[in-house]
Amino acid sequence: MSDQKDDRANSGPIREFVTLYIGDQIFGLPVSDIREVFHPLAITRVPLAPPEIRGVLNLRGRIVTAIEVRTCLNLPPLEEDEASSMMAIGIEVDDEAYGLIVDRIGDVLQLPERDCEAIPCNMDPNWQALASGIFRLDGQLLIILDIQRLLGVEPKTEIAA
Amino acid sequence: MDDLLSDFLAETQESLEVVDAELVKFEQQPEDDETLNNIFRLVHTIKGTCGFLGLPRLEALAHAGETLLGKFRDKALVATPETVSLILNSIDKIKEILDHLTETQVEPEGNDAEIIALLVAASEGAQYEAPPAAPVAEVVAEVPAETSPVLEDEAPIGYDVDLDRELRPGEVSLADLEAAFMAADGPDLEQLAVEADQAKKEEVIAKDKEKTEVKPSAEPLKLVQTVRVNVDSLEELMTMVSELVLTRNQLLQIVRKSNDEELKIPLQRLSSVTAELQDGVMQTRMQPIGNAWKKLPRIVRDSAKLADKKVQLNMSGENTELDRQVLELIGDPLTHMVRNSCDHGLEPSDIRIAAGKPEAGQINLSAYHEGGHIVIEVADDGAGLPTSKIKSKAIKNATITQAEADSMSDNQIHRLIFAAGLSTAKAVTSLSGRGVGMDVVRSNIEKIGGTVDLNSIDGQGTTFKIKIPLTLAIVSALIVDTAVGKFAIPQLAVVELVRCTESGEHKIETINGTRVLRLRDSLLPIADISDITGEPAPESADKPSFVVVMVVGELRFGVLVDSISDTEEIVVKPLSNRLTSIPIFSGNTILGDGSVIMILDPNGVAKQVSTGDEIEQNTNRDETNIDQTSDKTAMLLFFAGGTEPKAVPLSLVTRLEEIEPDKIEISSGRHMVQYRNTLMPLVHAGGAPTFKETGQQPVLVFTENGRSVGLAVDEIVDIVEEVLNIEMSDGGPGVIGSAVLKGEATEVLDVGHFLTQGFHDWFERKSAQENHEEPTAKRILLVDDNAFFRNMVRPLLSAAGYDVTAIESTSEAWALNEAGVNFDIIVSDIEMPDDNGVDFAKKLAEDLNWNNIPRLALSALEQHDLEKIGAISAFTDVVRKSDRESLISTIHYVLQSQGEAA
Repeated sequence: MSDQKDDRANSGPIREFVTLYIGDQIFGLPVSDIREVFHPLAITRVPLAPPEIRGVLNLRGRIVTAIEVRTCLNLPPLEEDEASSMMAIGIEVDDEAYGLIVDRIGDVLQLPERDCEAIPCNMDPNWQALASGIFRLDGQLLIILDIQRLLGVEPKTEIAA
Repeated sequence: MDDLLSDFLAETQESLEVVDAELVKFEQQPEDDETLNNIFRLVHTIKGTCGFLGLPRLEALAHAGETLLGKFRDKALVATPETVSLILNSIDKIKEILDHLTETQVEPEGNDAEIIALLVAASEGAQYEAPPAAPVAEVVAEVPAETSPVLEDEAPIGYDVDLDRELRPGEVSLADLEAAFMAADGPDLEQLAVEADQAKKEEVIAKDKEKTEVKPSAEPLKLVQTVRVNVDSLEELMTMVSELVLTRNQLLQIVRKSNDEELKIPLQRLSSVTAELQDGVMQTRMQPIGNAWKKLPRIVRDSAKLADKKVQLNMSGENTELDRQVLELIGDPLTHMVRNSCDHGLEPSDIRIAAGKPEAGQINLSAYHEGGHIVIEVADDGAGLPTSKIKSKAIKNATITQAEADSMSDNQIHRLIFAAGLSTAKAVTSLSGRGVGMDVVRSNIEKIGGTVDLNSIDGQGTTFKIKIPLTLAIVSALIVDTAVGKFAIPQLAVVELVRCTESGEHKIETINGTRVLRLRDSLLPIADISDITGEPAPESADKPSFVVVMVVGELRFGVLVDSISDTEEIVVKPLSNRLTSIPIFSGNTILGDGSVIMILDPNGVAKQVSTGDEIEQNTNRDETNIDQTSDKTAMLLFFAGGTEPKAVPLSLVTRLEEIEPDKIEISSGRHMVQYRNTLMPLVHAGGAPTFKETGQQPVLVFTENGRSVGLAVDEIVDIVEEVLNIEMSDGGPGVIGSAVLKGEATEVLDVGHFLTQGFHDWFERKSAQENHEEPTAKRILLVDDNAFFRNMVRPLLSAAGYDVTAIESTSEAWALNEAGVNFDIIVSDIEMPDDNGVDFAKKLAEDLNWNNIPRLALSALEQHDLEKIGAISAFTDVVRKSDRESLISTIHYVLQSQGEAA
């Protein structure tokens, strides 16, 4: 039995995360929750919708509600010229399809579950509410987002329309 | 659940509905053998199957009922309302047991000895209010062979062709057995049958026909082959067809662009096959509306009995088909409406007879197709809706204000019954009158995209008209382009499209920032897409050029859009949970080009339109603007005689009209015009009656208490909103003064002057009405040297309900004092050339007769100047001269405090 295997055994279950970027910050979403990753094209805006709902779009015959993760995190939307590179992460909750709009998609990371740490209590309360844990990576911190909370939560403070 | 049992339950439920309806029919026409035979057969089948399935309680009940029915059939007994009620009660009991069976799959505990005893007693001709006509019992001449004389307590049950003998009670005919086994083979028995019930009914009849071929009046044998299909499979099929329709639309769009000839022909074929498939699948979901009506005869019978009325329910168009889903949703509202007609619509027999109507009230239920809709009418020949009662109730409930009520037509008032909490029934019966009813009916109908309207004629009856779409899954929609994107509007709600241009016939005008469109004889409120969506519309090159006119309930309004891009059959997809709270959308869909589009919900939009100002507040749009406008007055600018523009406050104008000059008539020296079925006096704002001879005569209509006066003008120029600074001037009768509007000196007209020209008693009438609670009007002495001012203030105060004596000088006032005349308040000018108002007031304070009368000063002076001359102490209060409103409110206030002090 090699040392490495020992390590594996000791580290307990491994979890896989799809990483995504909002600005320079890296976030993670559990792979198991994600159905697909796509380019959000032709989003139809929905008047009177909550601010984080960017609109609805057609994904292979299905109507997908596009959620702007930036708005959920109380960040300003991307500038028009940067917006074309945006990506969407397709998820399904309660038989309804959602697309989480993010700046860009990163790698898939495999991380041992025991390394997951609690959220620092001094983090933005809005972010705290959306995050389920944090991982220390080389040179950056990976914040794990909770999909249910991301979809259910209303931004705490009003965002200037 | 046991397949056999569930099948039995489904079938029995249907049979019982038929029995219910047929029994009511039989009660009215006891000589109708065919109806009775039908009932008998159905009850017999139920009994037979119960025995077979081992349901003793049901069997016993059905058996007892059948025995009684057998007596009727054999003419051994004559049916009376009491005996029919008894059978209906036993049917209810059977239904109860069936419900229990459906839930638990076993018969409930207990027994029905009581009702069975009654049934048996009745069938033995015992004193269950036995009819006097009982002796006919022995007439058996017409009785068919198989219904041989009754043996002991057993009724003839049926004749089994296969066995060639009569069946014993509880025994099932071979045909029934076979039918039961045949049915057991079905693949999806768990579900209720969905195929047209009509067909099934015929099947049942046909099945029975086989058994009782010996019947002399047998109809030609008709067998309809049916298969029971799971509803879920049908729904799934429908979803798939919807997707197919969508894909076809997408393909069509692509081909339209690419111009590929090769593709065109197969695509056309695909298109037509898809359409046929869509129709076919829709057809499987279609059911005759009669299915929803089946329980109505019974309901009418019961409620008529309860209210002791005679009611006849006539139904036509039962075979009109509509979507199963819609049918389910329409059932309850319909039941409620029919009940209402029976309970409130129709008068009791004695009143009917007194009114010269036939004793039996009629309720006519009809259904027919109209376009893509089905129209259902519920009409009664009762007393019509009690207009005044609805009105007073609505005012009491604060649904409307008195002023609103006064300006409403009867029809509009009738529609108030759709408002929540309005029931005019004198007494709350077990059936209706609780005030939750018509509003629920309306919201249920509107939920499925339908509309409900009514028409009531006093003494002749009320007709409700329900219009609902045939199906909810696919709707025909108008795709409109707006500044904030494309939207779909269901065509059902759209009544017309109006093209608007700056110069053309239809032009959008604004009143106090609100848009309106003159459309034929009415002003239509117009909502911009930004009003509806609460988003500021971006500046775009395209001027909105179409108005989509929609009708929702009583509200008729227009939505301004840039253009109409298409009409399309769209498949309504439900909104995401996160979006369902948005009231203006009912769903979304994917268009042929693959884009997603929101479907506007006409009901939601209507709400948004009628509460437009709320939206503005919500979105903080133009907040500063609103503040500014609050001090401004909207004035309607026009020309009328002379070159100087004239103006009246827009708030006083009820409507703007254009009248053909040849419609103006002269009656007893006055100009009149036919307007909304009455003669409306016309007065020219220029003074002289110089009406136009060609073109259209613009008229400002003023309406109050149902009477209208038209003020003819030469030309309507504009509506301006400015801070009004009227300078009083003696511009002759009918002029208040002048103000600078749009940079031009404008005469501001005194509307009251012209109204009294139209109706001499305009103000008298009004004050009489307003003061009906106060026996005597308060008397005002108005002292002012300025004739114009007197002329302006007097009608104003008269209009407010006061008795005004206007005099020119203080000496006239003293003359009145000596004559012993008394007043409730004295209103005086301060600066008069020959008199001094302050001295007058001081003298008044010392006068023995008039010292207690409150004194009100009219002045244009500033506060500190007033103090200087001692006016503040001499008068009870001072009002600025040009402020008409505060004059009235101050008088009111002073008189009120005076009254309290005294």
